Amino acid sequence: MQKPKSIDASFALTTSPTPGSAKSDPILVADKIARQFGGLTAVNVDHLEVQRGSITALIGPNGAGKTTFFNLLTGYDTPNSGTWSFNGRALNGIPPHKVARLGMVRTFQLTKALYRLTVIENMALGARGQKGESVLRSVFPWMWRAQEAEIRERATAILTNFKLIEKQDDFAAALSGGQRKLLEMARALMVEPEMVMLDEPMAGVNPALKQSLLEHIKELRTEGKTVLFVEHDMDMVHEISDWVIVMAQGEIIAEGTPASVMGNQQVIEAYLGAHHNEDLSANQEGA
Amino acid sequence: MEIALNLASVTSKNNSSLIGSLKSYCRHFLFLKASSIAILILLSFSSAISLGSSASAAEEAATPTKLYGTISGKDGAPLPNIGVAVIGPEGFAKDVATDAEGKWEVEILTKGTFNLTINQDDLPDGQALTDPTKSTVRANVFMLGVDLRLLFPIGPGVAKASTLERSAQLAVDGLILGLIIGLAALGLSLIFGTTGLTNFAHGEILTFGGLLLYYLSAIIKLPVLVAAPIAVLLGAFISGFLQDRYLWKPLRKRGTGLIAMLVVSIGLAIFLRYFFLFLFGGDTRQLPQYAGQAGLEIGLVNITPKSILTTVIGIIFIILATFWLLRTRMGKASRAVSDNPALASASGIDVQKVIKAVWILGAGLATYAGVIVTVNQGVSFLMGQDMLLLIFAAVTLGGLGTANGALVGSLIIGLFVQLSTLFIPTELKYVGALIVLIIILVVRPQGILGKKERIG
Amino acid sequence: MDFLFIAQQTLSATIGVNTIIFALAAIGLNMHFGYTGLLNFGQAGFLAIGAYSVAVPVISFGIPLWIAFLIGIFNSVIFALLLGVPTLKLRADYLAIVTIAAAEIVRQIARSATFNEWLGGSDGITGKFGKDFFALNPFKSGLDTPILRFNANDLWVVITGWSLVAAITFVMWIMVNSPWGRVMRAIREDEDAVRSLGKNVYLYKMQSLIIGGVIGSMGGFVYALSRQSVQPDNYGTALTFFAYTVLILGGAARVFSPVVGAMIFWFLIVFIEQVLRQGVTNNVIPHWLIGVNQVSQIRFMLMGLGLMALMIFRPQGIFGDKKELALDAKA
Repeated sequence: MQKPKSIDASFALTTSPTPGSAKSDPILVADKIARQFGGLTAVNVDHLEVQRGSITALIGPNGAGKTTFFNLLTGYDTPNSGTWSFNGRALNGIPPHKVARLGMVRTFQLTKALYRLTVIENMALGARGQKGESVLRSVFPWMWRAQEAEIRERATAILTNFKLIEKQDDFAAALSGGQRKLLEMARALMVEPEMVMLDEPMAGVNPALKQSLLEHIKELRTEGKTVLFVEHDMDMVHEISDWVIVMAQGEIIAEGTPASVMGNQQVIEAYLGAHHNEDLSANQEGA
Repeated sequence: MEIALNLASVTSKNNSSLIGSLKSYCRHFLFLKASSIAILILLSFSSAISLGSSASAAEEAATPTKLYGTISGKDGAPLPNIGVAVIGPEGFAKDVATDAEGKWEVEILTKGTFNLTINQDDLPDGQALTDPTKSTVRANVFMLGVDLRLLFPIGPGVAKASTLERSAQLAVDGLILGLIIGLAALGLSLIFGTTGLTNFAHGEILTFGGLLLYYLSAIIKLPVLVAAPIAVLLGAFISGFLQDRYLWKPLRKRGTGLIAMLVVSIGLAIFLRYFFLFLFGGDTRQLPQYAGQAGLEIGLVNITPKSILTTVIGIIFIILATFWLLRTRMGKASRAVSDNPALASASGIDVQKVIKAVWILGAGLATYAGVIVTVNQGVSFLMGQDMLLLIFAAVTLGGLGTANGALVGSLIIGLFVQLSTLFIPTELKYVGALIVLIIILVVRPQGILGKKERIG
Repeated sequence: MDFLFIAQQTLSATIGVNTIIFALAAIGLNMHFGYTGLLNFGQAGFLAIGAYSVAVPVISFGIPLWIAFLIGIFNSVIFALLLGVPTLKLRADYLAIVTIAAAEIVRQIARSATFNEWLGGSDGITGKFGKDFFALNPFKSGLDTPILRFNANDLWVVITGWSLVAAITFVMWIMVNSPWGRVMRAIREDEDAVRSLGKNVYLYKMQSLIIGGVIGSMGGFVYALSRQSVQPDNYGTALTFFAYTVLILGGAARVFSPVVGAMIFWFLIVFIEQVLRQGVTNNVIPHWLIGVNQVSQIRFMLMGLGLMALMIFRPQGIFGDKKELALDAKA
């Protein structure tokens, strides 16, 4: 577990609110990432930097390419062109499991809780460097028993924090949708990542749990982790993000603090359509 | 892909009217009539055939050990009047020859080593041993009472045909094989596309078609030209309509998973295969008509008239099927359902009707494929199984779920299987095709015409 | 109808050689499919490789049997690698087709006239390649009791075979309940999730394929040794499918269920076959319905129907938990 780096909270004040702006201490830098499917351009990001230790939101209308972009950054998909690096380390062609080992862990839009494993097993799975996961050593339990006990301790601590401890021996399939989201986030923490990428962590979660999730995300920042998350819930975005990036039709159209982005005309038009302010009757002929 | 079939099928809008209910009553009645006729046929069929086979079973019990085999040409047609000389211990020496069905056998009374030598001069033009130096096969009989089957491998005639001639002949053979595979593959691909079912029992539809034809022509003694269309219609009805209605549709309604259905189709294939063996025996049977038809020399190629006729009809069927898929309303609906069942259903297409149509069409085509093979080479209970892997190879090669892909893949597999014998021994020709399948899957998993799938 | 004879044959078969062979084949499949979710339809290929690896070196090259076992294990590792490298990145049903194709290739090559000299062609290899193994047999006469009957050789195979099964099951139990086993079960659920946690999914799948394949090839060892003969047509796709039947019967994804599944399977098969045979010879079943030679065909027909019924009505098998249904379809 690394020492929390000092968070430069003022970075939001000193960074230019333009798409692709440079950050004072970027943990993730991406250049000219493009992904086409047949004739359709899903992602076309010219330049992006994510500030270390910040909570950055990635927003945009449906189909803007946010999840595709996530897939590209974490190695689940290969871009047609572009380069990107994490902590200065180039990630082109690095498979997803290695990306995770380097410290960049992601969650999924459709929760991937492992249903036929129990909650505690889900958690224990997340730990890195497990000796018992080697095929040869697995046959000799004394070689991994001690480490397994440590892992369980860590897991129960996180589960207690996430208020899932009572469910630890239940199958993940028995949890509610919101609890599975929590589990996925908790499990990601077991990997001890530097950067956590959450794909719609609030989707389908009831308001009570939402607050809890928000608190956990803030905790991540306190521990020195960087968070990049995709969301549609604007209140939430406003409440916890230090920085917001807006994507539409595969491109980054705006960046800035939550307040500046919310008022950005381009952003509003991207979400609501260019003619949202006009009278309906005037639209009917053209429609 | 998750298949979410809309099971609240849209029934005919006519049901509320009198004419509508009359229509559905007639359909129901006709169906009952038709299916009872089918069942009657099946019953008489089974008793006739089993009478045949249990008679020979009684014979077998009384005779001692025999060495036996079938000598067939490189395309599977039987070779009659080929001599085999058998030499055994204690001065045993006997000469036997193959009968009209290419079969020979010799009774032996002692244990020991027997040498069987085929008389190569008896082999007709264009047929020869794959290795002329290996004309003697050795059999070690260490236990009496166990009959041994021996093999003389026949391949393309060595130095009896030029490479050009052989290539041309093999190319034509390959196209015909491709046609046969294609007829079956089209149905398999469409069924997979519309229901998600990988049907491991599809090959048995061919076998069943061949058996129907055999029964109609050899037992009921209808001329083949009359029996064949009847066989195709019966096959379309039984293997298509009935199979979907009484097996797959109920399973889909219960929400049975796709892998579970795949395993069910495997069980069905095993059951049917041994059922056919039970009814029919293990031998390859020839139709009474056209069995030893002589080939015509057309250019570089030797082809029998029956082969030409069955192939041409097969091509017509494919053209008709393609026309159906491209032009008729039902055909277009099938392609829509194959592409995206949920969306098709949401736009008002009666998915159940489409599935029914696809099954009937697919089964009809596959039945005809069985007819082609039976007319040209005879029918055996293993016919379907032998084809099945090639059919899967063709469908996968062309792209699972696409009709065009199935046809393209079939042609390629058929041509490859036959042309490969220019370079590798005939008996390994399927191996070549399977290796190609594996290579293609590695390089381009979606097949030639398939669409790449997105992750996440 | 000699019911005592039927009972003796049935019970002997339940713990007999075939049960051991299918138990080993199914334990291998349990690793592949039950625990890792790999749809390997080529298990018969692994058994064939094991069987031929035991027969060919001893008979054609005079290599000692014990070395032949090692050759067999080595060959099945190679086969697993050949299967795995191209296919482990493909979707489940593609893997199924490729593995069937590969096993068929093995069988076709084994029965081909081209390799007749070493592999015996379609008649296979018959010979005393198990000499060294049977020389160790302490039982000079077999077992002959009213309820169990084994000749001396079979008795030895049964005892060593079950010891092997017990040892393998024990090791599997440890592995499945270790962190390694946990990763396997997770891969069965969702590979992408496992990757996001830093695990190299491809490597684990390959390990599973190799281990399950080696266990399967040990089934081939037993098959070949018990009969001192290797027939290529015994290793066709039907063998793989029946191994799946055994696996599903016992309820996939429980360590001992392949063993119990195999016992139940052979119990039923032999029982039905014996009843039918006795029925036919004693004229209880009329000859026009079933001839004496057709009993084994009925047996296979019933096996096919049985597999269908199993999948339709009780896919979780005897021991499975319906909640933990191993055969959920996620195409």
